[in-house]
Amino acid sequence: MQVQSMHFKRRAGEKLADELLQANLRKAQGKFVDGRAKAVAEFGHDEWERLRTHAADLRDRVLANLDAYLAEFERNAVARGTVVHWAETAEDACTIIADIARRNGVRKVTKSKSMVSEEVGLNERLEAEGIQVVETDLGEYILQLAKEPPSHIVAPAVHKSKEQVADLFTEAHGKPRSTDIPALTREAREALREHFLTADMGISGANWVIAETGTTLTVTNEGNADLVTTMPRIHCVITGIEKVIPTLEDFASLIRLLPRSAIGQTVTNYLTLTTGVKAPGEADGPEQMHVVLVDAGRTKFVGSDLQPMMRCIRCGACMNHCPVYQNVGGHAYGWVYPGPMGSVLTPVYVGIEHAGDLPNAATFCGECAVACPVRIPLPDLMRKLRERQFDGHLRPWPERAGILLWSFAAKRPALYAFGARWAARVASWLGGRKGLIHALPGLDGWTKGRDMPAPAGRTFRDLYRERKGRA
Amino acid sequence: MSARDAIFGRIRRAQGRSGSEPTASELAAVRETIAAPVTGPRPAFATPADPVSQFLKECDRLGTTHARVDSPGAVPREVARYLAERQLAPRIAAWPAFAALDWAGAGIACEARPANGTDPTGLTGSFCAIAETGTVLLLSSPEEPKVNALLPETHLCVVSRARLVGAMEEALALVRRERGSLPRATFFVSGPSRTADIEQTIVIGAHGPYRVHVIMTP
Repeated sequence: MQVQSMHFKRRAGEKLADELLQANLRKAQGKFVDGRAKAVAEFGHDEWERLRTHAADLRDRVLANLDAYLAEFERNAVARGTVVHWAETAEDACTIIADIARRNGVRKVTKSKSMVSEEVGLNERLEAEGIQVVETDLGEYILQLAKEPPSHIVAPAVHKSKEQVADLFTEAHGKPRSTDIPALTREAREALREHFLTADMGISGANWVIAETGTTLTVTNEGNADLVTTMPRIHCVITGIEKVIPTLEDFASLIRLLPRSAIGQTVTNYLTLTTGVKAPGEADGPEQMHVVLVDAGRTKFVGSDLQPMMRCIRCGACMNHCPVYQNVGGHAYGWVYPGPMGSVLTPVYVGIEHAGDLPNAATFCGECAVACPVRIPLPDLMRKLRERQFDGHLRPWPERAGILLWSFAAKRPALYAFGARWAARVASWLGGRKGLIHALPGLDGWTKGRDMPAPAGRTFRDLYRERKGRA
Repeated sequence: MSARDAIFGRIRRAQGRSGSEPTASELAAVRETIAAPVTGPRPAFATPADPVSQFLKECDRLGTTHARVDSPGAVPREVARYLAERQLAPRIAAWPAFAALDWAGAGIACEARPANGTDPTGLTGSFCAIAETGTVLLLSSPEEPKVNALLPETHLCVVSRARLVGAMEEALALVRRERGSLPRATFFVSGPSRTADIEQTIVIGAHGPYRVHVIMTP
């Protein structure tokens, strides 16, 4: 997928001014957050916290020995007739899958949702080879018709209203327009059923791959991944090298976290472990099974202070809980992964010089770290990326100058107190009787769209000294 | 150098290890970890005192309907009752294990074969069921095709009370103990298929069945 993250500021501004998008985002707001909160309460808070720690530890153990776990996965997968491929880059991943398709005369591919395939631009590549690619997750299908990328990793079409979906379906299916959501869903089911039954190859992602058994697994509610991995004669999995977990028990632990964190569901309707090719005499299942394990920037996290990001199980809780994401939506982030996870992943995958605003697009409220099922310290990781930007002279000079000035003052308490006292007085005066600042000369980004509350005119240190004197 | 070597080499260098292949002792340590799997913290409802009521409670939440019968021989009558009540065609594609039951006597046309895209109703058994989440577990084999649980709009699933376990880990341990290894498809079904991809509105019946009905035998 083409990187647009360098345009975050402009795109965020456009999204904030897009009334239709804002209305669509407001409809979604809260549903995921409330759902997760209820599911956690039902699970029991203490037990939930223990499970988060357990999951973070188990992911860390794998990451500390990633190559050995991958080798063990490969050995067990190969023993079951699966072909394991390794892709260093996005380009390599596309080439491997295009080659499999060409060798087998594949003309139609059904796909279940895979964010890695979005990363590497797989659909475009296969279409360029003359292969028909059909996205089958309802949200992804809607976006394929709209020719848009997903705006959320779990609910890709969260930014679309039912009216927009109805317009797309009317054009694609040639049936009378309906805005009834169950009717729209049935229409998609009927349109996609024929593709499920006639595709030559199914492409899925994998939520995890299990070293113990050489298994890949998919988690869905719609059942589309099951059709994609069961009906065609070839099944191809594309996933990241960090997705390996040791055992079936680890799957059981992580699956208690994933749907609860994502949408507040205790379990998804379908969990499917796929291991190897079909047995002799089986009516369904693929004759060929391929797993493409993709690096494409992942090894840049290994061994660095950002390695905890690789624990990620792609639930989307961080973006659901993020006040920035809630307001600008996923497209503003300009690449596959929006929200806090994207603000860490994108700068490393595509280069911090192309995504410099993302680690700065955070209020540091800390909600993402609280919601993360594998305890990724997302605000800390964003702070580390900010430090890298500062050290690499990658931020604009006024910002650098401001930080240098502030750090000069902060190391000199008397100067700091003097400066803060004057700043508070000026800001208080600017705020007038209502205590609201409408415009800040040179910092109009702060006041465009909202007023800034003015300070009370006195600094914390002044008040503290006064109260201490009173006591 | 192969892509695999390059990726492994980068991982190892970044973590202060040399070469592009895990060492024998690293692999042995990993295999030791795998051989002694650890069960993580579990909620109270994963070890229920009354697994049947926990299972049925979760079924209700998922929209899975259920009925209990006295014996496997009573399954056709329950199938006939269920289909008639919902005005569904009295016609099923079933796993071969159920072929010998008295379907004609119950007024049901039963064909023992894998379901296709036009069968209205599929009947399957199950390897076991999980009380924690109201889940049925199906293991694929020539005699147990997955499509019967996936393609028709109605999925009827026979579950034995004796095969009901508390938590996911027990189900997986049972697979290891009885089958040794995982089949091609290890398929956990929890209710009818659903989506919330349009305006986060839950709709039952996406690409899989619209209805899942569990028939519990002793």
